[in-house]
Parts: sequence; C-alpha cells; structure tokens
Amino acid sequence: MEDQSLPLAKTRPETRVRNGAAFFSAVRAVIWKDLAAELRSREVLSAMLVFSLLVILIFNFALELDAATRSTVTAGVLWVTFAFAGTLGLNRSMAMEKDRGCLDGLLLAPVDRSAIYFGKAIGNLIFMFIVELIVLPVYSILYNTNLFNPGLLLVIVLGSIGYVAVGTLLASMAVQTRTRDILLPILLFPITIPIFVGAVKASTAFLQAFPMAEIWPYLNLLIVYDVIFTAVAYMIFDFVVEE
Amino acid sequence: METKPRLLTIIDTIAVILMIIATGMVFFYAPTEAVMGNAQKVFYFHVATAWVGMLSFIVAAIAGIAYLRSSDRKWDRLGLASVEIGIAFIFIATVTGSIWAKPIWNTWWTWDPRLTTVTIMELIYLAYMMLRSGIEDPDRRARFGAVYAIIGAISVPLTFFSARLYRTIHPVVIGSGDPSAQGTFDMTPRMLQTFMFSLVTFSVIFVSLLWHRVRLGKLAEKVEQLKLKVMA
Repeated sequence: MEDQSLPLAKTRPETRVRNGAAFFSAVRAVIWKDLAAELRSREVLSAMLVFSLLVILIFNFALELDAATRSTVTAGVLWVTFAFAGTLGLNRSMAMEKDRGCLDGLLLAPVDRSAIYFGKAIGNLIFMFIVELIVLPVYSILYNTNLFNPGLLLVIVLGSIGYVAVGTLLASMAVQTRTRDILLPILLFPITIPIFVGAVKASTAFLQAFPMAEIWPYLNLLIVYDVIFTAVAYMIFDFVVEE
Repeated sequence: METKPRLLTIIDTIAVILMIIATGMVFFYAPTEAVMGNAQKVFYFHVATAWVGMLSFIVAAIAGIAYLRSSDRKWDRLGLASVEIGIAFIFIATVTGSIWAKPIWNTWWTWDPRLTTVTIMELIYLAYMMLRSGIEDPDRRARFGAVYAIIGAISVPLTFFSARLYRTIHPVVIGSGDPSAQGTFDMTPRMLQTFMFSLVTFSVIFVSLLWHRVRLGKLAEKVEQLKLKVMA
C-alpha cells in the first residue's frame, strides 16, 4: 500500500498537507486527462447529446406532449433522457480506459486509488452537466416551457451527483466483464431508483411551484443518497480495480 | 467426496417435520378470518417467505463484506447461495401476495412501497447473477459479486423510503398500522402462534437450503479443479 493510504491521524501535519495536495492534484490530473481527450475526439459528448435529443423526440410521439400533459410529465421525460444519456457516457468513459490499456497505466501511477475514482467521477459529472445544460434550453424551446428554475437546477445537480457516484463505480465493474455494454444499465438502474423517485418528484414540484414543505422530503432523500453512495463508492473502489 | 454432515441431516429432518406441522396449523389450527375468509390463510407463508427473502439479502451483504475483508472463497459461496435462495423466495412471496391481493385489493398488483421495493430487490438479485455470469476469473467474480451485494443492500432501504413517500395501502399487521391500509386485521392468539411457527419453519428451511447450496458450490469448485487437472 502507498503511504497516502495511511490513516490521516497517524501522519504528521505537514505530510497530511502534502498528501492532501497530492490527492487533489491527482484528481485534477485525471479530470484534465478526460477533458483533454474529449476535447480532441468529441465522441462521448456528441453521442450523449444526439442520443438525448432523439429520446426527447421519441417521447414527443410516444406521449403526445400537449400543453396539458407537459406540465406533469416534463420532469419524467427529462430524467429518463438524462439516465439513458448518462449510461452512454459512463460506459464510454470506462471502456475507453479499458480498451487502450489506459486503466492499467492509471493504476500503476503512485497515487491513491480513490483519487482515480474521484477524477473519473467528476469528469463524468462534467459531461453530464454539459449535456443537461444543452438539453434544458432545447427542451424549453421545443415545448415552449420555461425550465430555468433555480430549484430545478438544484435537483439536477443533486440527482446527477448520486447517479454518477454509483454509475462510475458500476461502470468500472461492467467494463471488466464479458457482457459489458449491456450490463451497465442492468446493474445501475435498480440501484438508482431512489434518485429517480426523488428527482422526478422534486423537479415536478419545483416546476409547478409547490410549497417548499412538500419538496424537502425529496431533496433530503437526494442528499442522503449522494452522501451515502459517494462514501460507499470511495471505500469500495479499491476492490473493483484491484488485480 | 466428503460425506453429508450429521447436523445437516438433522436440520433437514426438522425442516420437513416443521413444514408438515406448519401446513397443518395454517389449515386446521388457525381460525378463518371473519372478513377475508380463506384468502387470509396465505398470509402465514407469504410473510414467512418474504422474511426469508429479506434475510438472504442481508446474509449476502454480510458475506460480501466478509469476503472483501478476508478474500476467503467460502464467503463468496455463502453469498451466492444466499442470493439464489433469495431469488426463489422473493418470487414465492410475490406470487402468494398476488393470490391474496386479487380478492382483497381486487387487483393482482399495485405500486405499493413494499411491492415496489421487493420487485426492485428481485431485479438487483438478477443483476447480481448476470454480473457473475459475465466474469470468468473466479477471484474477480467473487470480488464484484461482493461489491454489488453490498451496494444493493444499502440501496434497498433507500428504495423503500423513496417509495413510501407515495401513499401506501399495504396492511401492516405487525406493529402500528396506517388507517388507510386495506385488508388489515387483528390476529387472534391462535393466528399469532401459527404465524410465528411459520416464521420459524421457514427460517429453518432457509438454513437447510443455504447449507446444501454452499456444499454444492464447494463440490462444483472441486469438479472445476479436477477438470482443469485432467485437461492439463
């Protein structure tokens, strides 16, 4: 085990600072690597975006999104879109590492394994936010609904964090199996049901301007989910990439 | 090949005897419920099978933690055995529940928190099996299985809580009931005895099945090793 993984309390204060700094610079390096690779190839983001628009288009025909229905189903349509586009991105981001042998290189780096996890997770989160930031105005224009509601943005941030926290962990498992591409959604969706319940309910409530007292239980659910699963993924990630 | 342990034979025998007595108690000892009639009788085995399903999920998660800590393959066998039993018992609980729900709620299925949670639990179990079947390396298979069993077990209470934010109609017979629940009833002492007896019976059956499945897993591993030896 590397010295970074020693319990913090046992190390001297100056090493703790240095380790902390090393940890964050490792996280930054992983994020930066993903962003730079994406900037050059643009394969993940473009696939996620086109796919999201297609999903919205299909919903348009599937649900007859007229003005009356729209107010109640908008949140559902948005979250299904994010969830589907999210699995594409998660799968791709991990498959890329696996296919070109980058994962082994990353694991050989003398940094804490959890730094790699957080780097990948934050990178995935950035991709999801970019997709969401483009889908929201497009949806607003296509369906003449104002989605620029600070509450809705908060829900999207909270929901995406939980989704990506679990998704990054499960994607790094799924790419190491024989059935990788089909496996991720099957592993991920049953675990993330609480996110969709909380996010869809809270989004609908914000869009219909419900009183905050009715929205809080759902926001709390999302916050609790984010905290628990980020912590669990942090503790467990070592076992997923161990060889 | 190792012989079947004495204790396991004893547990098997007890399980069979208990099952016969429990069935007898359900049909002849427990009184027929005044409003629901015979449909209520499914309750004793319904709750008992659901209990075994939950128990196996918890055992699988604990085995997962133990495996990650020790890397001892016996915990992986226990986890897998537990999940397989859980899939079967949750399915039985779902079917018996539907049989009860049709006359009482007038529908086979409703999106009640317990029903929703149990369905999602079953799906997590199935995903666990699919995950395992996609991995050849036994060490990795055990590690990933353990990780997924732990994550699944943590998400189940959250799923239940999230589904509960919707209104429920499932009766809560044990503990305080919600007045809006449909099909709830008070247990007479005889009903309670039958119910408790069924719970014990199914717990013993669980232990017996679990032990058999773990032994089977051990034998399967041995066969695999012999095959490799022959081919080499």
